[in-house]
Amino acid sequence: MLELVVFSLLNGLVFGLLLFMLSSGLTLIFGMMGVLNFAHAGFYMLGAYLGFSVTQQVGFGTALVVVPVVVGLLGALVERQGLRRVHRFGHVAELIFTFGVAVLITEIVQFAWGRPAKRVEIPAFLDFPLFRLFNASFPAYKAFMLAVSVAMFVFLFVILTRTRAGLIIQASLTHPGMVAMLGHNVPRVFMIVFGIGCALAGLAGVIAGPVLGTFPGMAQVLGSIVFVVIVIGGLGSLGGALLASILIGIVQTIAVALDVSIGGALASMGIGLGAGGLLHELGSVTVAQIAPILPYVMLVVILIVRPTGLFGTRET
Amino acid sequence: MSTPAGATTRPLAVGDTRTRRLHGWGAWLAAVMMVLLLPHVIRTPVAVPVMNQMGIAIVFALSYNMLLGQGGMLSFGHAVYFGLGGFVAAHALNQAGHGAWWLPLPLVPLVGGLGGLVFAALFGSFSTVRAGTVFAMISLGIAELMAASSLIFNKFFGGEEGITANRTKAPVVFGLSFTTDREVYYLIVAWALAATALMYAFSRTPVGRMANAVRDNPERAEFVGYSARWIRYVTFSAAGFFAGVAGGLFAANYEILTAENMGLNASGGVLLMTYIGGIGYFMGPVVGAIVFTFLQSMLSDYTDVWLLYLGIVFLATVLFVPMGLTGILVMHGAAWRARRLGRLAGPYVVTALAVAVAALGIVGLVEMLHVLVSAPPSRSTRRLFWALVNVRTIAPWILFSAIAAAGALGLRWTLPRAAAAFADASRPGPAQ
Repeated sequence: MLELVVFSLLNGLVFGLLLFMLSSGLTLIFGMMGVLNFAHAGFYMLGAYLGFSVTQQVGFGTALVVVPVVVGLLGALVERQGLRRVHRFGHVAELIFTFGVAVLITEIVQFAWGRPAKRVEIPAFLDFPLFRLFNASFPAYKAFMLAVSVAMFVFLFVILTRTRAGLIIQASLTHPGMVAMLGHNVPRVFMIVFGIGCALAGLAGVIAGPVLGTFPGMAQVLGSIVFVVIVIGGLGSLGGALLASILIGIVQTIAVALDVSIGGALASMGIGLGAGGLLHELGSVTVAQIAPILPYVMLVVILIVRPTGLFGTRET
Repeated sequence: MSTPAGATTRPLAVGDTRTRRLHGWGAWLAAVMMVLLLPHVIRTPVAVPVMNQMGIAIVFALSYNMLLGQGGMLSFGHAVYFGLGGFVAAHALNQAGHGAWWLPLPLVPLVGGLGGLVFAALFGSFSTVRAGTVFAMISLGIAELMAASSLIFNKFFGGEEGITANRTKAPVVFGLSFTTDREVYYLIVAWALAATALMYAFSRTPVGRMANAVRDNPERAEFVGYSARWIRYVTFSAAGFFAGVAGGLFAANYEILTAENMGLNASGGVLLMTYIGGIGYFMGPVVGAIVFTFLQSMLSDYTDVWLLYLGIVFLATVLFVPMGLTGILVMHGAAWRARRLGRLAGPYVVTALAVAVAALGIVGLVEMLHVLVSAPPSRSTRRLFWALVNVRTIAPWILFSAIAAAGALGLRWTLPRAAAAFADASRPGPAQ
């Protein structure tokens, strides 16, 4: 039992921090511009596929550096040429636009790389067990993922709170008019933040590609969960995103590992639900089966009970 | 939506509103006559199934626009009510087939609608508390919830295979056995017309009018004395009902429903078609549904990457014509009333020609690229428009690049002229 708990916690932490890599960019973009970027997971997918190609041609190390830059530039281009244009039509138009970008990215990826999933190998220099615990090994690649996510959080946190550029970004968030008065180009700040957010998503794609799989549906699988994370954490809050990522990562990993059902639990207490019928079907659902639903249940509950999220300061 | 500039300058005659109302009835009547005659005019075998699909899409898109266009609620999960209504209808149809109760096929869409209504009333009770981004997020959450639930509740959703039904086993009324697509076509037409008329009527009721007010300024609507939340809830439930009707029609037509029908892609599809058609007009979704379904069924015969083209068209619509296809049509009302529409023909034909040339070039390049990327290395030819093209030689690449460039250059030349001609034709005042 202890083994299960420890490994579920570790794996949950890894998955949660991976979610954080995606959600940090998204929550920054939302905090800045009030835009929920539907295409964010698309940029993550683009990062994974570009990472796959660059790794094949050159190497994993190069991919880790080049791909985020490319994806970031693409993101900046989308902001400059598209998002800024639809901005005057309001938030709904922006949301629809990013939805369109998401659709287009999925199609482009299928166009360029085909529909079948790609086999992406874990780079050889990270493909060894780091340590052994309870007769099971913890792969070094997961530790690497952990390290990168933590480094990213520290990097973002320091930039945002300890540097002049971060001050300007934070001020543009709350007082765009005043920042513009002081001679800063606020639209350009937005573009840069959008680009950086997309670059982070691209980096997450390169790193997650070998572990979570590289296939055309990967954006949809994670896309909605990332929304859940930033809504639960509080839109625009970096710390909230971190906490919510880890929370969801751990909840999901533990739920997947639990093979108990309500019916089973009741039966052990001597209460039967009867064979057949809807009640029986409901009762025989295991916790592992409802694991994919849990984040969305949390999302709906949070939105009803506390629309600002855990750490958010304002409603969407 | 807004009155075109030209209309205000014309003095209103006494009989004016009456003639306009007569025109309105005439348009409805003409539309009804046309859809009734269509299967006899177009005689290709694929026409009727495609038109069936269009009818279902029209009802679905119109119901979606009750949310987005009239109520200002952007939903990423409207297919949930389409799908749930469809599943309820399919189960009801199966029960009727077993003789559990008397339910003829023409009433199945109503059952679907009630199914959609029940679930919309349930989920709407908490999702319509707020509009805007919160509503969009909750709708996404519900869509994901349903997608995940469909894998758990096998009895209701039928797992991977879905639920199949047999419409011919339902009790026969008026000698209608619905064994052919054409009989189903008339069923769909009848339901689509009824649903369209009802949804139009809904937009004219006080609730429908207040939905517009709540969309534009919820605070002010509250001050007038209406509960914005209640208005949203009523609109949402009504939209769920009509989505369920569309789902019931789907069940009657295809006799199968899978979890895919209520997935995120289906919800995205209805958003796409409604937006391309134009969310600001009642008839916008109808235009969008027809164009979308037509493109879907035609393009998918010719190319594997039709979704890529559709995505490009969608993005272009959002960026450059946010009022949609119907908006473009309505824009020409002023020129029409001033009887100057004829002057636009010349510049428009030239522009359309330039667009066609540019599209030809781009489509050629994309298709060749597609062969180069995804076809096995042994294959190097593709039939493009009129000729067999070898994509591993340089000549066709140069040719299609030149065509695309020529089209783009032509557009740069013709677009300003077309815009100038449009401005000239819509200008108020007598003809010059």
